[in-house]
Amino acid sequence: MSDIAATDPLPKPKRDIAPILLPFALALLMIPLIGSTSSWLTLTAASLAMGMMIFIMASGLTLVFGLMDVLNFGHGAFIAVGAYVATLVLAPLAASIQADSLWMNLAVLAPAALLSMAVSGALGLIVERVLILPVYGQHLKQILMTTGGLIVAEQTLYALWGPQIIPMPLPTSLRGSFILGDVAIAKYRVLAMLIGLAVFIAIQLVLNRTKLGLLIRAGVENREMVEALGYRIRRLFLGVFMTGSALAGLGGVMWALYREQVHASMSDDLTVLIFIVVIIGGLGSIGGCFIGAILVAMVANYGGFLVPKLALVSNILLMVAILMWRPRGLYAVTSR
Amino acid sequence: MMILSGDPPRSRVLTLVLVVIILALAATPFLFPGAKALNVAAKICVFAALVASYDLLLGYTGSVSFAHTMFYGIGSYAIAIALYGMGPNWAAVATGIVVGLPLAALLALAIGLFSLRVAAIFFAMITLAVASAFQVLASQLSWLTGGEDGRSFQLPELLRPGTVLISKNLFGFEINGRILTFYLVFAVSALMILALLRVVNSPFGRVLQAIRENRFRAEALGFRTVFHLTYANCLAALVAAGAGILNALWLRYAGPDTSLSFSIMLDILLMVVIGGMGTIYGAIIGATIFILAQNYLQSLMGVASNAANEAGLPLLPGLLHPDRWLLWLGLLFIASVYFFPTGVVGRLRQAGGDKSAGSSH
Repeated sequence: MSDIAATDPLPKPKRDIAPILLPFALALLMIPLIGSTSSWLTLTAASLAMGMMIFIMASGLTLVFGLMDVLNFGHGAFIAVGAYVATLVLAPLAASIQADSLWMNLAVLAPAALLSMAVSGALGLIVERVLILPVYGQHLKQILMTTGGLIVAEQTLYALWGPQIIPMPLPTSLRGSFILGDVAIAKYRVLAMLIGLAVFIAIQLVLNRTKLGLLIRAGVENREMVEALGYRIRRLFLGVFMTGSALAGLGGVMWALYREQVHASMSDDLTVLIFIVVIIGGLGSIGGCFIGAILVAMVANYGGFLVPKLALVSNILLMVAILMWRPRGLYAVTSR
Repeated sequence: MMILSGDPPRSRVLTLVLVVIILALAATPFLFPGAKALNVAAKICVFAALVASYDLLLGYTGSVSFAHTMFYGIGSYAIAIALYGMGPNWAAVATGIVVGLPLAALLALAIGLFSLRVAAIFFAMITLAVASAFQVLASQLSWLTGGEDGRSFQLPELLRPGTVLISKNLFGFEINGRILTFYLVFAVSALMILALLRVVNSPFGRVLQAIRENRFRAEALGFRTVFHLTYANCLAALVAAGAGILNALWLRYAGPDTSLSFSIMLDILLMVVIGGMGTIYGAIIGATIFILAQNYLQSLMGVASNAANEAGLPLLPGLLHPDRWLLWLGLLFIASVYFFPTGVVGRLRQAGGDKSAGSSH
């Protein structure tokens, strides 16, 4: 028996790096399969950009589940709302979007994104108060309520904007690609990667370096204990829910620009993708969600390039494979 | 009582409503002439069976599946592809049934074993993912499924509208193949609903309810919950595929929009919740209300929308547009989950003073 002196540092928690290595391994494995280095680099960049966007949309969902055991099937609605709200700013200012100046373009994009986040966040407040609060703690009703919310949100968007697809052109300065040798990387993808990385780092800093983050992490692990210590976890949860909704709105804007169109049905397609990411990552884990998003995007991009027929079911296969390996996702942070 | 498996509606009003619905459905070819009424009646029959099978999952085991339309679609496509490929004969119908039903059951078994094993909460998400992949698959494999266009086919001689079985001069009504098909749909749907009623009132059904109320305790009592849940999943898939077969036979067509789309899944969810979860009878009520609303409320909304438009009101014409009827049903859905979690059936049973009404969720 060895005594532990009070001055000794706390034993470091074991780092579980196998999931972190997974995307790298997958990417390296693909080099010989794809053959050409330039297409591999382009595909990898595309996967990273797509992964970052999915991560932004999925991060809120996984935290909301981890913290409060709330499964929000209406999360996709925030994505669509964010995209539609952005058109409110971008359509009247089309001239600035067409201008060939990065700063002028960003000067329009930034307020559009901020407005989207504000509206989605506010909607999150309403959804949490009206739909989730009354059925708190009942999974079945939560799923039904939030699905109902999704229907209502989607139909309201159709009623307000009409059922047609709204085009959302990329700003001029973000069109085209950076050419490095024979590798072409779309400019917008670089921007998406940067924003995604910034969001990831910001979330990690808040979670790991602030008292708020400490409370959230503690809440994910053991809700009752945090409540017993006198913290109002419901308020914390509301904050997390609104932040998650706002991030979904931001992701919606980015996705709409990526696809250059807006339609309320985007929420359906993305909801499926986001669920797969959240399951793969382990419910409640931000790191797992990040890796899961990149993995899903990689499988979609590499798979689409190598075996286009398989691309349709590749996400399901990925999910099956991961769950066979770790039945509760890459990082199982909750005890549920 | 035997035929209802000892589980009567337990409310006088409910019994009356059910009897009226069933009699109206049975007499539709004679009471309401015209193709539209018959179509609506057939759709109510098919959806009553489909929703009842979903109720077995949602109401009795408490697990939310979003893959139910997948099984419905498998049934539809199996019969459509068989009749399309083999020509309009009874052997093709038999092939469709023999291939479609086991396929649906096997897929349900695979999903059940896989997703019920990991964690109950994953079930809803995984079924959603699998169903969406299946939908994409069905629209991509166009050599088999006809892609977005789907498959139209002809029915065997006996079931065609042109076949006159009893001519008009005998009873004053013409009994043709179309009406025979309707009664086939009606009878098979009724049989499937009665079978489901039998299942939920068997000891097996009691275990399902025990799992719904407290899975941990059911497990502690020695029931293999994964086995029961998977079994229920397979049974529900079988009935859903059966309903799909009926639907394809009635429409003489199977395509993504009529049998696979996510909106059908939402429709089923709306019907089961509005009708009343965990009652089976709720399926009949829910399907009737929903499909009547779908077919007749929309025209009413069109009138209201035009009136609002003429009055120059803002926003209202858009909100009342006939295509937005799901918006109002969505609101009704949320309200009914919140205020009447037991649905119409539960409400009627409570009003009747039945103590055991609306088994709590």
